[in-house]
Amino acid sequence: MLINKFKYKFTTLVLCLSSLSMQAFSASETANDIEFEVSGNVALEQRYFFKEGLYIQQLSHYQASVSVEPELYWQWNDGNDSVIFTPFYRFDGQDDRRSHGDIRELAYIHASDDWELRVGIRKEFWGVTEFQHLVDVINQTDSVEDFDGEDKLGQQMINLSLVKEWGIVDLFLLPGFRERTFAGSDGRLRAPIVVDENNVSYESSAGQQHLDFAVRWAHSLGDFDLGAYWFHGTNRDPYLTTSADSTEERLTSYSLMQHYSQMDQLGIDVQATLGDWLWKFESIYRDTSVEDFWATQAGFEYSFIGVFDSNLDLGLLMEHSWDSRGEVELGEQGSLFQNDLFLGARLALNDMQSSEFLMGISSDLDHNAFSFLIEASSRFGDNFTVSFDLRLLQSNEQSDLLYSLSRDDHAQLSVAYYF
Amino acid sequence: MFTKKILISVVSALSLTLVGNVSLALTLAEQKGLDISVEAKKRDIGWQDSTADMLMLLRNQQGQESIREIKMKSLEIHNDGDKSLTIFNKPRDVKGTAFLSFSHPVEADEQWLFLPALKRVKRISSRNKSGPFMGSEFAFEDLSSFEVEKYSYKFLAEEKLNNINMFKVEQYPVDENSGYTRRVVWLDTKEYRVHKIDFYDRKNSLLKTLSFTDYKQYLAKHWRADKQEMINHQNGKSTELQWSNYTFKTGLSDKDFNRNSLKRAR
Repeated sequence: MLINKFKYKFTTLVLCLSSLSMQAFSASETANDIEFEVSGNVALEQRYFFKEGLYIQQLSHYQASVSVEPELYWQWNDGNDSVIFTPFYRFDGQDDRRSHGDIRELAYIHASDDWELRVGIRKEFWGVTEFQHLVDVINQTDSVEDFDGEDKLGQQMINLSLVKEWGIVDLFLLPGFRERTFAGSDGRLRAPIVVDENNVSYESSAGQQHLDFAVRWAHSLGDFDLGAYWFHGTNRDPYLTTSADSTEERLTSYSLMQHYSQMDQLGIDVQATLGDWLWKFESIYRDTSVEDFWATQAGFEYSFIGVFDSNLDLGLLMEHSWDSRGEVELGEQGSLFQNDLFLGARLALNDMQSSEFLMGISSDLDHNAFSFLIEASSRFGDNFTVSFDLRLLQSNEQSDLLYSLSRDDHAQLSVAYYF
Repeated sequence: MFTKKILISVVSALSLTLVGNVSLALTLAEQKGLDISVEAKKRDIGWQDSTADMLMLLRNQQGQESIREIKMKSLEIHNDGDKSLTIFNKPRDVKGTAFLSFSHPVEADEQWLFLPALKRVKRISSRNKSGPFMGSEFAFEDLSSFEVEKYSYKFLAEEKLNNINMFKVEQYPVDENSGYTRRVVWLDTKEYRVHKIDFYDRKNSLLKTLSFTDYKQYLAKHWRADKQEMINHQNGKSTELQWSNYTFKTGLSDKDFNRNSLKRAR
């Protein structure tokens, strides 16, 4: 429903964009006090799935989409006051649910000497590890975008940031909750049963309007970067339960119901930067009415500078994830990463085109499941980037979520134009 | 026990003075080389803070060009390395990326990178001195602030370059992660401004030459070159830096060089 509203807003917005950017230049000339700037990107993405889907409604091989993410920025008072507006829209040719829009940012920021106030829709990232962002909790995952969990929906917030001798303290009031996005029945990279967007329940009687709260401290002490926080509010991870769809006459039509509980979460993140070594540790303790558990993500990154007497940099990464809930059956509550090992290599060519290769393997140490990914990216000319991704997912165990993705091996090519 | 501790601290203090004030062991040429660099640094003291725009033109052998547009904010720190904030505007795909650095003369620098797509602040290793900066012919160490302690010195000669009297000084990097065995630097005898640097790679063969032109003086004291051209003799590529909008004493302070300012840098 909400998404539909966004759709209309954004179509108009995209249409207006070109005229806006024209005004941008005249605005910066006429108004002395307010500086205005437009930038952003338009990207074409083509996915190719090597095999037919596991479920009959799923698209067969090709999935094409186009996304646009402009950024409008105003600043005045020497940059101490600013407004940023970053709408986003993706049109997907095959999966209706993946055609979606979002306001990634629409916020006013005021910076003073030792405090900063940020009000509006924003994105806030916490954490130090690479393969899983365990402590990152403020924004909801835009999981229909990609299955790596790095794409986030904008979150309404009032954030007061205090700069002290002993670190930076951030206070967050988070009014309004965003539900996670999920692939539709046509989509690939989804669970066997489609998640129902309209069958959502909340533990809190305030539902989506529950006022969440978070406080975080972050500080750098020599070689160490430290962070710790407490979050109180709506759990960003929904509990998914099967239900026969009562609106459908056929009893065979099942869907997943989303339930968002309340939670208290404590989190810490530490990075030690010691020469060529980066040591990383993240841990959370989450307490909900359903369960309480611990989870960690820890590892290192080691860099070889100028390998083979060249300009190439090679980074090797290793991380392990653990979750106190242990192995869980599909459909039960728990983490996919309960005892998983991640290995990665990053090769930067350091050329004019900023070419980079990334390779990653993850393996579940409790049973036979692994995933493998390769990413290659480069710049063409001054405004285009091209990236190629290959993702292979394998699992022999039906209970593993990866099993439902095991026919979703795919390659992805995207071309982005930046302005 | 206590006296032992004192003895140790006295000894270590002594060895520190020995290292700090190497003059005892220096030859005449080494002393003169050091003196010139100390004087050059001294003449630029007191700029407090500065902002400037940098345009980087990368050229390869085929004559293809690529542009980097960067804004720099720097803060002078007494008795330590400077703090700097580097903000990228072009190429457009890295727009909004910002780099915060607390440099130290001998200890490892502290560096953070802000990645705008994820809104992520990432502490990075500062060991990468020799790597290319944004695919250019400038290494990270070529762009970091000059600190006397970073090199040992040897005065080579006084000679003319472009019809100006110059000191020719050899500099040997102290940091083992440096990509160079030595740098040969030409400074004019009148203002102690650097006009040319030859860089010798780890195999001690000539790698690059950096030329400084179009010097301008700010606040009747601080000289800055508007143009710097780096030519790589080994791969035929070059990078030109064009500086503009230099302003000093703008009122920047420590508060403008932290995580928060990194996140909103423009």
